[in-house]
Amino acid sequence: MNLNRANSFQLDWLVVLIYMALVLFGYFNIVSAATVGEFSSYFDLTQPYGKQSVFIGLSLVSIVLILSIDAKFYERFASVIYLASMVVLAGLFIFGKKINGAMSWYEIGGITLQPSEFAKFATALAVAKYVSDLQTNIKNVRDQFQAILIVAVPAILILLQNDAGSTLVFAGLIFVFYREGIPQKYIFLGAILITIAVATLKFSALFVTSVIAVCLVIYQLFFKRKKKKIRGSLLILGLCAVLSFTTEWSFDTVLQKHQRDRIELWLRLEKDPDKLRVMRRHISYNLNQSEKAIRSGGLTGKGFKEGTRTKGKFVPEQHTDYIFSTVAEEWGFLGSSTVVILFVMLIGRILFLSERHKSQFSRAYGYGVASIIFVHFLINIGMVMGLIPTIGIPLPFLSYGGSGLLAFTILIFIFLKLDANRLNVW
Amino acid sequence: MRKLLLLSLVFITGAIFIGRLFYLQVYQDESDSLESDNAIRKVYQYPKRGYIYDRGGTLLVANQPTYDVVVVPREVEKLDTVLFCSLLDIDKSQFLKSYNRAKRYSPRLPSVFLSHLSKEDYAFLSEKLRKFKGFYVQKRAIRDYQTEIGANVLGYIAEVNPDNISTDGYYKLGDLIGKQGVEKSYEKDLRGIKGVKYIQKDIYNRDIGSYKNGQFDTLPIPGKNITLTIDATLQEYGEKLMQNKMGGIVAIEPSSGELLTIVSAPSYNPSLLVGRERSKNYTKLYRDSIHRPLFDKALIRMHVPGSPFKTLVALAALQENVISKQETIFCSEKYVYGKNRREMKCHCGGGYRNLFSSISNSCNSYFAMAYRKTIDKYDNASVGMDVWSDHIKSFGLGNFLGNDLSVGKKGNIPDGAYYDAWYPDFRWGATTVLSNAIGQGEILVTPIQLANMTAAIANKGFYFTPHIIKSIEGDSINEKFTEKKETTIHPSYFEPVIEGMHKVYTNGTASFLKVPGIDICGKTGTAENFTKIDGVKTQLTDHSIFVAFAPKEDPKIAIAVLVENGYYGARWAGRIASLMIEKYLKGEISLKYMERLVLNKSLEEEYLKPYSGKPFKINQ
Repeated sequence: MNLNRANSFQLDWLVVLIYMALVLFGYFNIVSAATVGEFSSYFDLTQPYGKQSVFIGLSLVSIVLILSIDAKFYERFASVIYLASMVVLAGLFIFGKKINGAMSWYEIGGITLQPSEFAKFATALAVAKYVSDLQTNIKNVRDQFQAILIVAVPAILILLQNDAGSTLVFAGLIFVFYREGIPQKYIFLGAILITIAVATLKFSALFVTSVIAVCLVIYQLFFKRKKKKIRGSLLILGLCAVLSFTTEWSFDTVLQKHQRDRIELWLRLEKDPDKLRVMRRHISYNLNQSEKAIRSGGLTGKGFKEGTRTKGKFVPEQHTDYIFSTVAEEWGFLGSSTVVILFVMLIGRILFLSERHKSQFSRAYGYGVASIIFVHFLINIGMVMGLIPTIGIPLPFLSYGGSGLLAFTILIFIFLKLDANRLNVW
Repeated sequence: MRKLLLLSLVFITGAIFIGRLFYLQVYQDESDSLESDNAIRKVYQYPKRGYIYDRGGTLLVANQPTYDVVVVPREVEKLDTVLFCSLLDIDKSQFLKSYNRAKRYSPRLPSVFLSHLSKEDYAFLSEKLRKFKGFYVQKRAIRDYQTEIGANVLGYIAEVNPDNISTDGYYKLGDLIGKQGVEKSYEKDLRGIKGVKYIQKDIYNRDIGSYKNGQFDTLPIPGKNITLTIDATLQEYGEKLMQNKMGGIVAIEPSSGELLTIVSAPSYNPSLLVGRERSKNYTKLYRDSIHRPLFDKALIRMHVPGSPFKTLVALAALQENVISKQETIFCSEKYVYGKNRREMKCHCGGGYRNLFSSISNSCNSYFAMAYRKTIDKYDNASVGMDVWSDHIKSFGLGNFLGNDLSVGKKGNIPDGAYYDAWYPDFRWGATTVLSNAIGQGEILVTPIQLANMTAAIANKGFYFTPHIIKSIEGDSINEKFTEKKETTIHPSYFEPVIEGMHKVYTNGTASFLKVPGIDICGKTGTAENFTKIDGVKTQLTDHSIFVAFAPKEDPKIAIAVLVENGYYGARWAGRIASLMIEKYLKGEISLKYMERLVLNKSLEEEYLKPYSGKPFKINQ
């Protein structure tokens, strides 16, 4: 008994506080963004904020449950949770309900649930379990392949359900593998791949290939030490050329029209001002409105429930993916930068706590939690401010959405339970 | 390194986000103000425009409701266009044109489909309107003229142009503004202040409630009613007398500077510029390049003053002490001057002339002498000219009067520098510019300046800035209108000139214009004028000019009349002046014969001569 009480006191209150602050702040912004007509009651179940109230209640219940279950349970049953989650995901193809073009929901008694949200913590658990397994050597290519497979299964299932945004979140788990010892070169390779792809879209494959060729020639002329490296250089050039031209080709053929337009806008590829205006009005309509709403907030904002653009529903999907624009309009720079700082503190704190763990499982899971939250934070706020192309993905804790809130709560509190238990010797 | 990658990425991302937020929200600072926020619709409530009364309290201009049909294209359902068009009295092509224009503007927002329905049309339409979904009627206020006179005085209101909007932030597209007359000069008093309601709108421009419970909303403040100095009866009579003639009449109450009448002929019915036919009528008036009904001739028609100007020449000479009232000259029906013995003709009949008889018979020789002496008093002609010019200008000539009328002209009174520029070798003297002495030459005046000059003579040396405003409801009129303006002539010098002007009526050029029971002082004038026909300077029939004030003791009215191409001064201008004076002072006309003569006279033939393309005779 004594031991248990000691455990509960080791809960990291800083993370809990930040979590509470974000959820509550998010809730008030949902109230602002989702109010249609007269505001009735915080518990009006016909309104999004009413539903959100219920899910906040459910989250509190789940917190109690998670903290009361023995910490060892999560490690021991990680695989089971993962497998169950994959089955539920796959089931969507048969029993799923289509909302906004994505086959991502189950409807049970009037409540819709989105299993892809829950797949995130399940996958994080499975990855942690796999890398911490004594038989796994992450430097081994075969094990690397298996690890990738754990992540790829849910990623592909979700992609097939036409929810490209959520798929990207799983790519973020690369940080876990990196922390646990995957070779450096993978990271470099990834960075180079992304650079070449983006540069190709911006400038054209021919140009990128030429630049690389020139760089290699200069290298050969001024830095050559061994003759045989010429072959290596030619190989690099060839690979880059293939990559570059493939990117160009797949941009035109594989991507859907709206995705192509979003990228073109982001990279400012369209030069014709008339076409650009039309594109702005139609394709990046949300972004345009959300940027205007953010600008209009100024330093201190317009005040709670006083955001005129929020009230007028100028930003579509404002209570879900674009909730940050409500924050920025009604609370100004002070409010919006506070949210950014809270996220940085939250992720930083989780990383700090993870590093304190002796258990590799807990550390890997902590990194998984941090990576997942980070990718959401990066893509969502980046998108709302127009720094990256539009990708539909919610802002954790703040965006409206019961499944999301519940899943993020579970994600974070499993980690806190592991953390509270870290001094216990297993 | 492996520990730091994700952590540093998180911090970098956070820093970039905060930097971007700072740039968007603080550095660029496009935070919405109540005015710029496009999520807020400002709905204006228009105040009642002030009424306009004449000096006797007769209502001249009021307001009336007008009805616009507005359409919200999106709400329009299939309708019986034939019936609808016949209700509105339009044809199908017009229907389609208006409908498509509205649709182009916005399918969701109301736009004006047909403006200015009359009350009768509205009553007829309103019963049937509910059958036509998407069409509504919207009420607006426009001017309602209670009179058919004074179009030039009252002016008109019209929609603001982009210029008005950019110079005065008060106005928004579609607002009405005074464009002429007192509607323009007293626009700020008449218009009141718009009320504004701030309404929160949604992305589809629909209203979703008042902004912050209307705490910033304001109520409209009604415009002030104004009373003019115009005597509507006299104004109406003046316009009647000027029928079929061009020119202007200005009458002033000398003791106050109040403008009793400003007639510009031809005029038009002010109601023409209201309502549905407005733009058609306006174009018609605007395009009449012969009569120019939209120009206020009483205020902006510049012409040489002719003989009435001699009164000022005499006053300047008396003030400069170069003539005396006893002094007599012999007029041989011409004035000979200069080395080359140039001549100025005189039509006074010749003989011995003193100041009184020179004014009554308009003797050119006498005033040429007086003018010449005034300028030659000084060693330098330029200095003499300046002194003379200052005397003349003190009567309000040669510059804007500073009145409250929307238009005006400076006219021209030359000074020394003016002729120094003309004759760069400075070889000019009084005789070079002698025609100024008899009100020809380089002198230019407007009818209102002539009337004001006459008022100053009637007052024996001072005038009040002529003005048209008598009172503004709940406000006072500009102080400068009650400020006495002194001329440079000593009051004692006016006596002989006024006597001379009285003699004009008793046994001078206007002796046939006498009004029984009223002592009138006047002066006839005939002004030569020219036009260009195909680039050739051509003389036209002289302008008929007359100035007068009455009664001689304690004058109540000073008047100037210009009848363009009316030939000699007493012929038409003099008759009109006498009739106006009798009308104002007695209220009825005893000179019935003269009245009939004036009313029946049309000078239309005279005005068409220069456009006939054939040779014509003048001064018949």
